[in-house]
Amino acid sequence: MGVAIAAPELEPAPRRHWRHRVDLLPYALIAPSVAAIAGILAFPLGMLVWLSLQNYGLRELIAHEGKWVGLDNYRTILTDPLFHQVVIRTLLFTLTCVALTLVLSTLISLLLLKVRQAIRVLVASALIFVWATPVIVTVDVWQWMFDYEFGVINYLLTQLHVGNYIHHNWFDNPVQGLGVIALIVVWGAIPFVTITLFAGLLQVPGDIIDAARVDGANAWQAFWHVTVPILKPIFLIVTCLSTIWDFGVFNQIYVLLNQRPSSDYYTIAIYSYRESFGVTKYGLGATIAVIMVLILVAVTFFYVKETLKVADVKTEATT
Amino acid sequence: MIAPGTAHQEIRLERIATGERKRPRFQSRLRAGQLAFDATGVAVAAVMLFPIYWMVATAFKPGRDILSLTPKWFPDPFTLQNFQSAIARPYFLEDVKNSLIVVTAMLAISLAIAFLAAVGVARFEFKGRTGFLIMIIGVQMVPLTALIIPLYLMLDGVGQTDTLPGVIAVYLAVVLPFMVWTLRGFVANIPVELEEAAMIDGCTRVGAFFRITFPLVGPGLVATAVFGFIQAWNEYIIAYVLLSSPGNQTLTVWLASFTTNHGPEWGPLMAAATLTGLPVVAFFLIVQRYLAGGLTTGAVKG
Repeated sequence: MGVAIAAPELEPAPRRHWRHRVDLLPYALIAPSVAAIAGILAFPLGMLVWLSLQNYGLRELIAHEGKWVGLDNYRTILTDPLFHQVVIRTLLFTLTCVALTLVLSTLISLLLLKVRQAIRVLVASALIFVWATPVIVTVDVWQWMFDYEFGVINYLLTQLHVGNYIHHNWFDNPVQGLGVIALIVVWGAIPFVTITLFAGLLQVPGDIIDAARVDGANAWQAFWHVTVPILKPIFLIVTCLSTIWDFGVFNQIYVLLNQRPSSDYYTIAIYSYRESFGVTKYGLGATIAVIMVLILVAVTFFYVKETLKVADVKTEATT
Repeated sequence: MIAPGTAHQEIRLERIATGERKRPRFQSRLRAGQLAFDATGVAVAAVMLFPIYWMVATAFKPGRDILSLTPKWFPDPFTLQNFQSAIARPYFLEDVKNSLIVVTAMLAISLAIAFLAAVGVARFEFKGRTGFLIMIIGVQMVPLTALIIPLYLMLDGVGQTDTLPGVIAVYLAVVLPFMVWTLRGFVANIPVELEEAAMIDGCTRVGAFFRITFPLVGPGLVATAVFGFIQAWNEYIIAYVLLSSPGNQTLTVWLASFTTNHGPEWGPLMAAATLTGLPVVAFFLIVQRYLAGGLTTGAVKG
């Protein structure tokens, strides 16, 4: 969704404002937004939960009326061995992508501090170009680069004597295939995280690091004990956002595998889509989507809590 | 804190580029060390950019150079054939038109609505203001993929699947929270005193707002509009589910179905991908300066 999401910190209400009696004007101003968000985002979210408790197939779609089945869908899906695999796969995939994204982005942002200015402009421009390119476009390009017959990756790996990759199909083996998809996701995620972290690094007061160095800390200690704690709020935000985005990855998998991913490639988002729009079990698909949201809430709860804690401390410090 | 585009806090690319840092050089580095860092930097840029270069290069290559076991690194000879055949594909022009209609209609409505709400939260204190802001932030946490099923069934119930208004409505709601939040920052940044001065000089409250604040928010509106444009132009899954007939689809759906419908014809596909990405990259370069700043300003310095 949003390219840059806001941190959940609310600034105090504007100090100066027009003095007025009970004023309906502000309510009138926000009413259209509230209506649109409630009608098109909040209502469907409620409907999703409602659907997850129903048997809703093609017949129900035509009749516009589902059949209430209580928690049957949850029972079905939670005892489904394929679903267990899908959940584990999704969690591992998310963990891999988020970890790689954060490590590589941190390294690149630190590198940006060290290089001379012309190189910094070059790297920053490259990052912005990648960031700007639409996901569907990048998926098509990677698909071409990993083409088993004429793809440039197979050619390069063979030429560099990494092995014989002539006519190697990367998607025959789902572990390799998901590795390629993780590579695409991480490549696409690096620009935003790197530029955000670098912008944060620029705000770290240099004297503190110099002081630590004078006191005998080596570069790694200075980074770990000084820079990282100062950048903690930014790390929390980008980790949280990366987790949300990588957990819900759909386009990269779906389009890369020509809109027919085999069950070895199912993540929760793909599985939910397949169950609902592939085999028209909308109720079951909704159940999977609800579970997906719940897992995501559980996973991101920690980050959000930490972010709020950091925000609280700061509010106290400044007031 | 997080107000994208608050002028004094923006972290611009230029600033990133100059790497201005409040830190005197601790010690002068060895030349060799500097060279190693610079070389790594060039390598990073090359690896990141290569896929995009490869797309554009392939797009300009004649077919026999594309389907060659030894790749040609530069498009030589150079051809526009791939672009011609991409544009000549069925539904390309229709789907470009659809994308433009969706984006334009969505932007016109969402900017107006978001601007009103932004003024509401930036200029007034009222009961429920905090609740509204929490809602704005909270809904951005919900993954869109989870909402496809109810959105589809809801729009199907009112006969709005396979029509553009359904997609426009969904995109509107998706970009709205972000737009309200961004514009709120822009409005809040313009001092109320300016409006008050105009009112003392005889302007009405509404008049003061439209003569003073509105023009100053102009750049913010442009930046927000570009964000909305990029999101709507790039969106795939909603359009794919809601729009079933090829003549009604948007450009990303057309692009994604390129391979499945016709087998991989890499030249035209890369040309089509280049054409799809071009407007977004152009717009993105205009407003990139607002992106990084939004997230980080104040997060460190408080």
